[in-house]
Amino acid sequence: MPRVHYLNADYGIKSWLLTTDHKRIAWLYLVSITFFFSIGGVAATLMRLNLLEPQGLIVEPETYNKLFSMHGIVMIFFFLVPSIPAVLGNFLIPLMLGARDVAFPRLNLLSWYVFMTGGSFVLYALIAGGVDTGWTFYTPLSTLYLNTHVMAAAGGVFIAGFSSILTGLNFVVTIHKMRAPGLTWFRLPLFIWAMYATSIIFIIGTPVVAITLALLIIERFFHVGIFDPALGGDPILFQHLFWFYSHPAVYVMILPSMGVVSELVTAFSRKKIFGYHFIAFSSVAIAVIGFLVWGHHMFVSGQSVYAGLVFSALSMAVAIPSAVKVFNWTATLYKGSISYEAPMLYALGFIGLFTIGGLTGLYLATTAIDQHVHATYFVIAHFHYIMVGGAVMGYMGGIHYWWPKISGRLYPDAWARVAAIIIFVGFNLTFFPQFILGYLGMPRRYAVYPPEFQTLNVISTAGASILGLGYIIPLIYLAWSIRYGPVAGPNPWKATGLEWTTSSPPTTHNFEETPVVTEEPYGYDRLAEEIQVA
Amino acid sequence: MYFVVFFSLLTLTLLTWQIAYIDLGRWNMVVALIISITKTVLVAAFFMHLRWSASMVRLVVFAAVFWLAIMLTLTLGDIFTRNMVSQPQPWQASSVVSQPTTAGSPQR
Amino acid sequence: MIASRRKYKLHNSQAVVAEQFDDRTQQHEAASLGMWIFLATEVMFFGALFTGYTIYRNLYTTAFEAGSHLLNAKIGALNTAVLIGSSLTMALAVHAAQTGMRKRLMTFLVSTMVLGGVFLYIKFAIEWVHDYRDGMVPGLHFTYSGPQASHVAMFFCFYFIMTGVHALHMIIGEGVMTVLLIMAWRGRFSKESHNHIEMFGLYWHFIDIIWIFLFPLLYLLGAHY
Repeated sequence: MPRVHYLNADYGIKSWLLTTDHKRIAWLYLVSITFFFSIGGVAATLMRLNLLEPQGLIVEPETYNKLFSMHGIVMIFFFLVPSIPAVLGNFLIPLMLGARDVAFPRLNLLSWYVFMTGGSFVLYALIAGGVDTGWTFYTPLSTLYLNTHVMAAAGGVFIAGFSSILTGLNFVVTIHKMRAPGLTWFRLPLFIWAMYATSIIFIIGTPVVAITLALLIIERFFHVGIFDPALGGDPILFQHLFWFYSHPAVYVMILPSMGVVSELVTAFSRKKIFGYHFIAFSSVAIAVIGFLVWGHHMFVSGQSVYAGLVFSALSMAVAIPSAVKVFNWTATLYKGSISYEAPMLYALGFIGLFTIGGLTGLYLATTAIDQHVHATYFVIAHFHYIMVGGAVMGYMGGIHYWWPKISGRLYPDAWARVAAIIIFVGFNLTFFPQFILGYLGMPRRYAVYPPEFQTLNVISTAGASILGLGYIIPLIYLAWSIRYGPVAGPNPWKATGLEWTTSSPPTTHNFEETPVVTEEPYGYDRLAEEIQVA
Repeated sequence: MYFVVFFSLLTLTLLTWQIAYIDLGRWNMVVALIISITKTVLVAAFFMHLRWSASMVRLVVFAAVFWLAIMLTLTLGDIFTRNMVSQPQPWQASSVVSQPTTAGSPQR
Repeated sequence: MIASRRKYKLHNSQAVVAEQFDDRTQQHEAASLGMWIFLATEVMFFGALFTGYTIYRNLYTTAFEAGSHLLNAKIGALNTAVLIGSSLTMALAVHAAQTGMRKRLMTFLVSTMVLGGVFLYIKFAIEWVHDYRDGMVPGLHFTYSGPQASHVAMFFCFYFIMTGVHALHMIIGEGVMTVLLIMAWRGRFSKESHNHIEMFGLYWHFIDIIWIFLFPLLYLLGAHY
């Protein structure tokens, strides 16, 4: 560990709140999103507790509506969307590129402040009584019929959107303009490709949801009728504009995780990634095709049947690049020298659970099936398999893998493996019953349900308690490790990648001198030779 | 050069304004859009120096236009096909499927 | 942030390269790419409004034409000319910066600000005030009583929102120009280092482009009545 590194280079609250160091900004985001995750988690806990009884155990339906809305808004916009990009992306992109910082460090800090401002609006909405529109803010419910804090919540999301836009902009320019000499596009780590694709979505999609929420606020405030059928407005237009962003947003949430998994799978199989070009191009393909499928959220909304046809077909297409990745990861694992440290457990969990989630997406993309399972727990199970079983596990895997680099310390891997397994078990117990519940017809966003669904709901809640425990354990040992963990060297995993060539933690400017890249990525066969020769 | 572009832009503005007073039916909008696009190309190419810019920058412009086109196309695609009624095929003579689809959805 | 203030006090044409960049070329290319990407986000931002407008225009064509007819196309055309003029002065300002001519840069910046101010004055003090008095503002004061009044109101919704968002961008531009003017006065820009002027120029021209579309779509729709 170097004597002076980015964590101890400067002390005091000002040095953190006015930092332009991308690594410190990553920490700011890490703390913030962990806070928001706990709020979203509390909402989920209350929801699942309520669902222990068919008539609702602890809250009134109006309150339940507010709980699922806050859970969705907070988890999506203030945890998942920023999670890997703002934490791992901010920290790692300059390091992986051999750069001293991102292209626009002050803009980076501004992003965080904008994010926190948006978060404050949502927190205000929460404290002042909550919002019950669902995270989707559908009109005319949100514009005409509710007296909850819609404008504050929508305003918070609107503001937070600009944080994403600025981050995406920063990343694209950094990746284009600040690569080390010799680091050509096809020598980039696949995490960078994933972050590039994610940034495209940030840039193109977020402005649309921003203006949509602004229109919602205007309609609510001025009592005009942009989306009000009685005044000639079209509520489906709101859905089109909303989902134009929100569907690509789900790819924002999964692509970075896929990038992490690409890194983990290769590092812990000690093997070069299989099909580098396929994985790189599939990331971009997911970003592009992801913009063509938004109507699959609207099959039963009243949109034209022909539009539904088109969106259904395109939704089938978007599964292809994802499948390509899963096959390539599997091929990487094959005949690899696999070790099962915690990051690898998360990566393997990701591959399995994402596959299940993704395949159930194809069910939903089939209009005939969607007629029956739209707005049921089937959908909820589908996206939680991808978001939690996929994205969050990727995030956890990435945090663990790069933790030595970020903190300069090793975490206790035994505890980490236990936590990973608890999370895996808890997750499946929570969400697999929900596939069945949805298939049997239990609607989502309902505080009560028919008594015959109780057993499955109880199993789900029990699983949720295990899952929650699984998330608390890493909080404890990761915090512990910052102070008491063994000191990590520059490359505790013996992995490839420029970030592992500098010290742990890195100095403020990352590299003593700008590295020059001469080799292809993931050169594990060369590393093995070197070790044998040595 | 800037002045030449400026006077072209003014001329095109005058043109679009005056043509609007002539009734060409649907073509009014087409002509207006063509003129607007021309003006945009002039501003972008010469005032914004796109003509001499790096290809990456031009790719960004193309991407923005491309995705705007996607948003417009697919959304309008829905709006314009909402009330299209499919004629029943011979083999659908007696099935429910041949009912014209209104903007309905199964109520949950 | 403190570091940049320190850099600011250096000799006016000394190379100002931020520490994350290797050289001025990289810095300039990054700034340029960054600004164009930002403009791409603005295309999508306004694009969603244009999408909504297009849909309703096609659904309620006669009502939209009636609404558009109530706008004053002559003033709209005048404002278009004013804004194009401000684009010219902005382009000349950038050219002045590129050739290191400080006084000329300041003159053209001021001209751009003045023309922008004229546009905003015409829009707010003349058009919007008149629209409000005549009861054409949905939600605040709307008294149109012809056929399909609610659809005409929809037109005016879009009119005010689109021109309002556009005007907001212009106001922000005026603010930035004030800062740039002060920086230019203090000698911050030179032939070698004038990224801010160039990047702001791109932003200002983009605002002009948005108006180039807004003018015919909003004002000229009902002109041939």
